Amino acid sequence: MAAITAVIPRPTSYAGIWGWLTTVDHKRIGVLYGMTALTLMLVAGIEAGVIRMQLATPDSGIIGGDRFNQMFTMHATVMVFMVIMPLSASFFNFVIPLAIGARDVAFPRLNALSYWLFLFGALLFHVSFLVDEVPDAGWFSYANLTEKPFSVNRGLDFWSLSLLVLGTSSVAAALNFVVTIINLRAPGMSLMRMPVFVWMTLITSILLVLAFPVITVGLIELTMDRNFGTNFFIPSAGGDPILWQHLFWVFGHPEVYILILPAMGIVSEVLPTFSKKPLFGYPFVVFSGIVLGMMGWAVWSHHMFTVGLGPITNSVFTITTMLIAVPTGVKIFNWIGTLWGGSIDLKTPMLFALGFIALFIIGGLSGVSHAVSPSDFQQQDTYYIVAHLHYVLFGGSIFGLFAGIYYWFPKITGRMVNETWGKINFWLLFIGMNVTFFPMHMLGMNGMPRRIYTYAEEFGWGDMNMIASLGYIVIFLGMLAFVVAMLKSLRGERAGHDPWDAPGLEWSISSPPPAYNFAEIPQVDGLDQYWIVKARAKAAGQGDVPAEAPVDPSTIHMPSPSYWPIWIAAGTTLIAGGIVSHFALSFVGGIFAVIGIIGWSNEPPAAPDPHHGSQH
Amino acid sequence: MAHTVQPSPGDHEYTTTGLSHRKLLMWVFLSSDCLFFGALIATYMVYRGQSLNGPYPVDIISVPITTISTFVLLMSSFGMVQALSATVRNDQKAIQMWLLVTAALGAVFIGFQVYEFNAFKNEGLTLGVNLFGATFFTLTGFHGAHVTVGIIWLLGLYIAARKGRIGPATSLDVELMGLYWHFVDIVWIVIFTLLYLIGGFDAGPTVLPGGSG
Repeated sequence: MAAITAVIPRPTSYAGIWGWLTTVDHKRIGVLYGMTALTLMLVAGIEAGVIRMQLATPDSGIIGGDRFNQMFTMHATVMVFMVIMPLSASFFNFVIPLAIGARDVAFPRLNALSYWLFLFGALLFHVSFLVDEVPDAGWFSYANLTEKPFSVNRGLDFWSLSLLVLGTSSVAAALNFVVTIINLRAPGMSLMRMPVFVWMTLITSILLVLAFPVITVGLIELTMDRNFGTNFFIPSAGGDPILWQHLFWVFGHPEVYILILPAMGIVSEVLPTFSKKPLFGYPFVVFSGIVLGMMGWAVWSHHMFTVGLGPITNSVFTITTMLIAVPTGVKIFNWIGTLWGGSIDLKTPMLFALGFIALFIIGGLSGVSHAVSPSDFQQQDTYYIVAHLHYVLFGGSIFGLFAGIYYWFPKITGRMVNETWGKINFWLLFIGMNVTFFPMHMLGMNGMPRRIYTYAEEFGWGDMNMIASLGYIVIFLGMLAFVVAMLKSLRGERAGHDPWDAPGLEWSISSPPPAYNFAEIPQVDGLDQYWIVKARAKAAGQGDVPAEAPVDPSTIHMPSPSYWPIWIAAGTTLIAGGIVSHFALSFVGGIFAVIGIIGWSNEPPAAPDPHHGSQH
Repeated sequence: MAHTVQPSPGDHEYTTTGLSHRKLLMWVFLSSDCLFFGALIATYMVYRGQSLNGPYPVDIISVPITTISTFVLLMSSFGMVQALSATVRNDQKAIQMWLLVTAALGAVFIGFQVYEFNAFKNEGLTLGVNLFGATFFTLTGFHGAHVTVGIIWLLGLYIAARKGRIGPATSLDVELMGLYWHFVDIVWIVIFTLLYLIGGFDAGPTVLPGGSG
């Protein structure tokens, strides 16, 4: 086998579809992550539309309860695992090597493997629609609703197995970024000279590495219960459904910070650039991020206040949950301090960053209100929670990530953002988001439970639900404006290498960056290195600093493309797919994966070099 | 500025810490694996004494037999250390021998596990019979899978060593193998202590489960 795989040369073409399928370039993988995540966002957004259509009026019968359960389950699972996380991963990929002055990530092939696992995992998840056996137990899929007697069809198997594939992808990516950030920083870039986005990526990656194994065990136990006859979560055999809740939320609360920390990092890049002054209290922003990452492990039972864990447990988790608001508050004050006295330029990325702060404050405050366990008994499983989580995930994560899209768009594409459509995009999303989700606070306080597919007119929830559903239309128009903004910007005016006068190293090279990123690895002398460079040039009377001059790419050794990442990802996904369909498929997938691993480890280090003849 | 050129394709010429990327990757991966086994062990401990019907651990666990297999596995770590030491000395014969010895001891451990699983099955312990069966087989099964992956990896290194590819220049390959192997051994020490020495004498349900049956 080794003899066979070793003679397969590495692909040489960087062009066309094969170039993308075999790429190991972090920039291309970042674009793939972003495009896939945005496509899935459209899918999950339409699912949200179906939900809002059904709930717009009382006693509505547009879709039945079963379909409704499927819609909110798919919407939430896709948005959390297949939109926000990969959109963050897209920025990790594109930006991190550029921001730390590296030519690629530490393990380019592993990086490609992460992407393909994500894509195939997402596809496996959506096969459930094709066979009409759709997961319908909510995004945290509480046992024992998820067990065979209550969820008869294969929906939950699709859910657990595709999440296992996606988890493998996330852990592989996170391992890569921990190593990249610790080990591939340009000379002189000490930890406390790293841009905040790099810091937040490091913390997020460490959380991913440590949190995903826990949900992996939960998912394995669920899969075994459903397919191999175990009784982990079945009370009649002594199993404890509460164990699932613990396993899920021990993962699930760090996951919340996995979702928000990248957005916080992006905002910490955007605000200084468009305020034209350095981030206020850099060490505080960094250390509050570290504290969030650590304390995120000590608050999980606030998701379980009504389970009956007892007053002492509830009190402890009330205190830790209130404490964790402190580092978040520290960050918000630092961002406001950054704005204070700055010369603020309200470009589209800045608008999204400011929108992030405003909406995240609202979401944070409603969060503190259910940190108090007696108060949470009133709010648990009501629309108040739905309002809270959308303010932090949509108003927070998505606004932060959109700030990132508009901020780095010139670097990724070499074109300027169409400001008119960007601003239309922002205002429609900002207004639509508030019109949709603010009334849900009131609905929740009035007792409307989440996850009901309809309600009687007498409850008086009709008006607020209608307002929320109209708000969805505004959000939808906002997303259309986003598509228009992107399409127009792609044909927009050419961007220079540094259109925003930004502080990060990524802006010192041309837009879009060459395959090798930096012809010469930069030497870093301080925080906000590129501002330092530009200030020095100005002091020396040299005027604008040009982009690093291009060099002949063949003089710089870059990792060659590889067939094996997509191959192994396909094999791994087949293993999972076999458990939902036929075990023979798992076997085939296993053989695929093993061949792939042998091929991977025997792959020649580089493609045959036309100048010197083949090395192997 | 000191630039060291590393030949493997994933590596760049410069690392911030001076550690190789692969070594760092292995350590971070092992931290992830700690949480994986941690969650599995936690499941076992939560369900200890919760099985509603037998067979219970006291009925079937044999501490003496597993003590022997534990000894074998721990001795394999000694073989691993010898293999790395031989690699650094570039003693080709010893490299091959110790890699093979380590793999063989690992295989003996797996043989004991296969025997044990089979014996337990014959005595009525299956995945589905009770919580002890579910937690025991899942935890020790995943550990056994880790050992099996390690054996295959060791054999891969052995083949490379036969071709003369293992030596001081590639000692990292053996060192990474060693990190993984020792980790899997340490996990077994925890499992042996909790499942055999402490939990191996558990009889019927110690606490009746709450909620309706």
